[in-house]
Amino acid sequence: MEELKILSPTAILGYGFPMDSWEEGMRREPDVIAVDAGSTDPGPYYLGAGISFTDREAVKRDLTIMIPAALKNGIPVIIGTAGGCGAAPHLQWNKEIIEEIAREQKLSFSLAVIPSDIKKSTITESLQKGSITPLYPAPELTQADIDDAVHVVAQMGVEPIVKALTEGAQVILTGRAYDPVVFAALAFYKGYDKGLAMHLGKILECAAIAATPGSGSDCMFGYIGKDYFRVEPLNPIRKCTTLSVAAHTLYEKTNPYVLPGPGGILDLSETTFTQETDSIVRVAGSRFNPTHPYNVKLEGVKKVGCRTVSFAAVADPVMISQIDEITKAVKARVKDNFTGLGDYFLDFKVYGRNTIGKTGVMGIFGDTSNHAAPESQPLELAIIIDAVAPIQETANTICSFARSTLLHYGYPGRISTAGNLAFPFSPSDIKMGDVYEFCMYHVMEVTDPCELFPATIIKFDGGDIK
Amino acid sequence: MRYHLKDLADVIRSKNSGPYELTFDIMFKTEDIYKRVCTADVINKTSFASLYKISTDDIMEVIHFHPAKAIKVTIVRPVSSGDLRETDVYGAQQHAPLMNFSFDMEL
Repeated sequence: MEELKILSPTAILGYGFPMDSWEEGMRREPDVIAVDAGSTDPGPYYLGAGISFTDREAVKRDLTIMIPAALKNGIPVIIGTAGGCGAAPHLQWNKEIIEEIAREQKLSFSLAVIPSDIKKSTITESLQKGSITPLYPAPELTQADIDDAVHVVAQMGVEPIVKALTEGAQVILTGRAYDPVVFAALAFYKGYDKGLAMHLGKILECAAIAATPGSGSDCMFGYIGKDYFRVEPLNPIRKCTTLSVAAHTLYEKTNPYVLPGPGGILDLSETTFTQETDSIVRVAGSRFNPTHPYNVKLEGVKKVGCRTVSFAAVADPVMISQIDEITKAVKARVKDNFTGLGDYFLDFKVYGRNTIGKTGVMGIFGDTSNHAAPESQPLELAIIIDAVAPIQETANTICSFARSTLLHYGYPGRISTAGNLAFPFSPSDIKMGDVYEFCMYHVMEVTDPCELFPATIIKFDGGDIK
Repeated sequence: MRYHLKDLADVIRSKNSGPYELTFDIMFKTEDIYKRVCTADVINKTSFASLYKISTDDIMEVIHFHPAKAIKVTIVRPVSSGDLRETDVYGAQQHAPLMNFSFDMEL
C-alpha cells in the first residue's frame, strides 16, 4: 500500500505559516491539503454571534496560498469548521472569502459546502425519542434549552466529506466538523486503517503544535501507510520526538487512551511511538472502534443578556484592606437603588490579591485561599466591574451606578476623600454587547452519518459561478 | 523527603477539554521521577480534591500516561466556559496550585 501524504499548513486557518515550510510541504507532493478552522476554546460568544474569532484578511491570506496551489497539483483542499464555529453565518463568511479568491485569480474548480446547522424540530424529535444524551458533565437537555438556543451545530464525521470527495469536489468547506476528520477523510476514502487515519488527523489538526518547539502557525506533514503513520515538521528548527507527539495526545482531552468522536472511539491503549529520524516519529497500533448507533455531538448556545464592564484600579492601602466588605456594600447599594429594574448580574472581579481564589484568576473555584502568598497585603488591585442584564441599557445603568458608588464609597477609616478608583480610560465603561452561554453539549443518534449534513456543490469557471 | 511538583515536572498546564471540563497535565522530567510519583500515589483524587477544595466526585479521571511521562487529571469545570461567573475562558491559568503543591516521597 503506497503512502498517502497529507499537508497541514497551520493549526487554525488564519493563524498563518512560513512560506519556506509551505514549500517544503509542497515538494513532498501531498495528496491532500487540509486545515481545521475551529475551536470551542474562545467560548460561547462566537457561535452565538455568528462571527469568527479569526481575522478575515488572515484567513484570506492562508487560502490564497492553499487553493491555487492545490488546484495546480490536482489535489483537494479540505477546510473544517468554517469561521471558527461552523454555523450558517460562519460558513457564509468563509464561502465569500473563497468566492473572492476565485474571482481575483480567475480559478475554475468545484466547491462543496457542507452545512452543519441542526433544525430545532430535529432536536426536539430526537429528545422525545430519547436519542439525545448529555456529555457528562453537561446537564440533561430540556425543551427550554432547545427553544432558547441561538445556533446549534453538530460535529460531522468523515462521511459527508468522503461523499463530497467521491462527487469530485476540489475544495471542501465544512460547517462544524470533528477536528481530525478533514485530515482523515481522504485516507478513509482510500481504504487506509481508520484508527491510524483518525489518530494522524488528531495530531495534524494542531499542525506543528505536536513538534518541539511547538507552534500553532507552522506546517506539519503526515504520511500514512498500511499499518503505521509518520509525522514530520517542515521547519528545520522543529523536531517531532516520541515525547512531543505522545504528549500531544493529552492536549485538551479528557483521557489520552480513549477519544470518542462521531461514529466511533479512537483507542490508543496499544499505540507505539518510535523515533524514525531525528525529526520524524512513526506511530502504530491505534485502533478505531465504531459505535452503534452512530452518534454526533451537538453544540449550542443561548443568549443570556448584554454586558457592560468598567476597568479600574486601587492603590490606597486602607481601601485594599477592606476590599471585600466594600464591594459587598456597593452591591447592596446598587440593589437598593434599582429594585424595580428586574434581573441583573453584578460582579467585581478583583485581581492582584495575595491569595489564589476568591475573585481573581481562579474565581471559578470560589474561595481556595489556602494558596496564599507569604506577603501581607498587595500594593495594588485591579477591579473589573461586570454587569450583565437582559438589555444593554440596564447593563449600562448597573455598571455605571456600581462604578460611581465604588468611586465615592465612604468606607471606615477613609482618608483619600477625592475618589477611590484609578481609571486608565475615558470613557470608563465599555459596552460589550450580547452575552451567550453554552446550553447544548450532547450526543445525538443518527441513522445516516450524512443525513444532517447536505452538501451543495458550486462550480467556478474562470472565477465566475456557473 | 519533601518535594515541590514544579521542581519535578517540565510541563504543568491546565486547559478546557470542551466547555464543561478542565484538564490538567503534569509531564515529569524523567521516566524515573514519573514512575516514583506514580508509585508513591501522591497525585490522586483525594490530594487533588483537597488542593482545589473540590469534591472528589468532581474529579473525572486521574490517568497515568506512560508515553508522555505524564499524569493527567480531568475535573468537572466549576462553571461552563463563558458562564457569567467565568474568570478564565480557556482554562489556561488554573494550574497555579499544582505548581505550589508539595508532598513527601521516599527516595
